[in-house]
Amino acid sequence: MILDSYDPLKQEMFNVIDDNGKVVNKDYEPDIDNETLINMYKTMQLARIADVKALQYQRQGRMLTFAPVKGQEGAQVGPMAAAEDDDWLVPSFREMAAMLYKGVPLKQLYLYWYGNEQGSKFEQNVMPVNVPIGSQINHAAGIAMASSIRGKNQVAISFIGDGGTSHGEFHEGMNFAGVYDAPMVTIIQNNQYAISTPRQMQSKSETLAQKAISYGIPGIQVDGNDPLAMYAATKEALNRARAGKGPTLIEAVTYRQGPHTTSDDPSIYRSEEEVKNWQKKDPISRFRKYISNKKLWNKEKDEALQDEYKDFVKETFKAVEKYPTPTVDEVFDYTYAEMPKTIKAQKEAYKAYLKEREGE
Amino acid sequence: MAEKTLLKAINEALSQEMERDDSVVVYGEDAGYEGGVFRVTAGLQERFGKQRVFDTPIAEAAILGSAVGMAANGLRPVPEIQFSGFMFPGYNQIAVHMARMHNRSRGKYKMPITIRMPYGGGVRALEHHSESLETLFAHLPGLKVVIPSTPYDAKGLLTSAIRDDDPVVFMEGKRIYRAFKQEVPDDAYTVPLGKANIVQKGKDITVVAWGPILHEAKKAIDSLKDEDFSVELIDLRTISPIDTDTIIESVKKTGRFLVAHEAVKTLGIGSELISRVNEEAFFHLEAQPTRVSGHDITVPLPRGEHHHIIDSGRIAHEIKRVATFE
Ligand SMILES: Cc1ncc(C[n+]2csc(CCOP(=O)(O)OP(=O)(O)O)c2C)c(N)n1
Repeated sequence: MILDSYDPLKQEMFNVIDDNGKVVNKDYEPDIDNETLINMYKTMQLARIADVKALQYQRQGRMLTFAPVKGQEGAQVGPMAAAEDDDWLVPSFREMAAMLYKGVPLKQLYLYWYGNEQGSKFEQNVMPVNVPIGSQINHAAGIAMASSIRGKNQVAISFIGDGGTSHGEFHEGMNFAGVYDAPMVTIIQNNQYAISTPRQMQSKSETLAQKAISYGIPGIQVDGNDPLAMYAATKEALNRARAGKGPTLIEAVTYRQGPHTTSDDPSIYRSEEEVKNWQKKDPISRFRKYISNKKLWNKEKDEALQDEYKDFVKETFKAVEKYPTPTVDEVFDYTYAEMPKTIKAQKEAYKAYLKEREGE
Repeated sequence: MAEKTLLKAINEALSQEMERDDSVVVYGEDAGYEGGVFRVTAGLQERFGKQRVFDTPIAEAAILGSAVGMAANGLRPVPEIQFSGFMFPGYNQIAVHMARMHNRSRGKYKMPITIRMPYGGGVRALEHHSESLETLFAHLPGLKVVIPSTPYDAKGLLTSAIRDDDPVVFMEGKRIYRAFKQEVPDDAYTVPLGKANIVQKGKDITVVAWGPILHEAKKAIDSLKDEDFSVELIDLRTISPIDTDTIIESVKKTGRFLVAHEAVKTLGIGSELISRVNEEAFFHLEAQPTRVSGHDITVPLPRGEHHHIIDSGRIAHEIKRVATFE
């Protein structure tokens, strides 16, 4: 059992492949079918290309503020590949790769960051982007409890940052889920920073995984840039959850290669050299080497995929730019399930005003 | 004296009060090393050291709860909440302790805390970065609420807030942080809390606004300069406690009243001002007191935000309607 074999108090970190994609932990190499491996790789690539492109669009003044995922794709795609379709994804705000793996169309994600609420409506079991730090952990606990109460087999997988673990809501949600053995897996993406604040400033705990001990649940530190290790650890946690044994806490040790958001200037608080060192552990290139070693992938396929995705991303963004801006009805009509009379009156008065203004 | 932005004026007030009184401490998420996400606290850690200016874990309850403890034990904390929309986890500490500790302890524990927070929309920001939540603070007895609209007032009001022995929520309209500059004295000075400012004298209608919306109101009034009525514009400056006297005196003169705010309509500060006008100047009124405000909706994301945030056009429209009502 992986979860029993790595002690967070001894800072033992679980990985499967090294920086060159070579398997260094044969015992725990997950048995993943080829199709899934390719799908994992493709999703990471799509997320990367969409992310890099969105940053360009933002710099050109075409995209609004968004939170780049670059560098964290492996920490997200590994867990989602281990999950079942019916499981829930309860994201924070940097989970583009996880959401894409779940089947959320890129168009939706772009539309959200483009400033349109229509981009928050998903067909999948995926909650909308969650901005208030920590609060999603309690939603995940509730989703997991509902799964138990309704006799479903779903697990709630939630994501949070290293900074988020400082929050009361993180603690309350983890503790709560623990009490009810709720089927929940929480992934901490320890990307080393919360905006400008380094990981060591968030907690005196040597690892974030060790916080699990106080909730009486398993906690494990995983190489978050190793998608296979993330897959394997999550798989075990999901099995535990489905067997009624309660939540698991996984700390994915990773790195945010880009800015916190497009409004952030990371040069204030970290060195180029540090970024370069982490780029050597890039999850996508590690995983590419792994599937190439397995003869599932090669340079030609990679170039073709990149070309395909670049075009796809461009077309998707163009469609988003053409998407109609929200109407007056849209900004009012979802406030309540059924519109109260007074809100309707406000809407009509505002429409009348706009009409008058047009006529002026 | 030099021209300064609102942001610079706030930074200067913080710096000078820290210099003047070594019990003043400044802290918040990213407020130390980086100087805050807007750089309002830039340079303070370098100047006053890590013990008095520091970064915190992401924990608003701890940021504001620890301020209560620090105040009880002799400090004068000036915590920053990164955006007003994230104050909710800390609201518990404000409501259940900070605002009532003085009363609870029969005056033993004063709470000389100033909570700074950027607020308001108009900068095409993400969800929870655009709300105007002043009502939620003004509804708590024991707490003061201040919103500056100019660099000059920002420096003077913040200085007063820090020196004040009661807890003050100091809300900074982020869209006017760097929007314009104004002559601001280099030395420390105070602008009194609890005192509104008559920005422009007029005879026919009283308009009250604050923060970024004050500038929309000014624009609205400028656009109406050819009309045959004149407008008295009042900057409320302190949202709680309200300077009723200045407003009532003005309404008794003009007989007409309009309040403009960005916050949602229901129970916005406008509701309170209109109640006071009705209570104290009812027989002087020539038109119904009116508010122009955000709608009772969730603040839309940027693509729909313009439908919610009032602009000079909407304010001018209402000023004209109320001023010419017969
Ligand atoms: C309750 C709350 N407080 C403050 C913020 C402002 N804020 C947005 S992101 C962020 C840092 C988050 O860091 P971390 O949890 O490590 O996640 P990361 O951004 O690194 O993915 C902060 C403080 C917020 N969104 N919510």
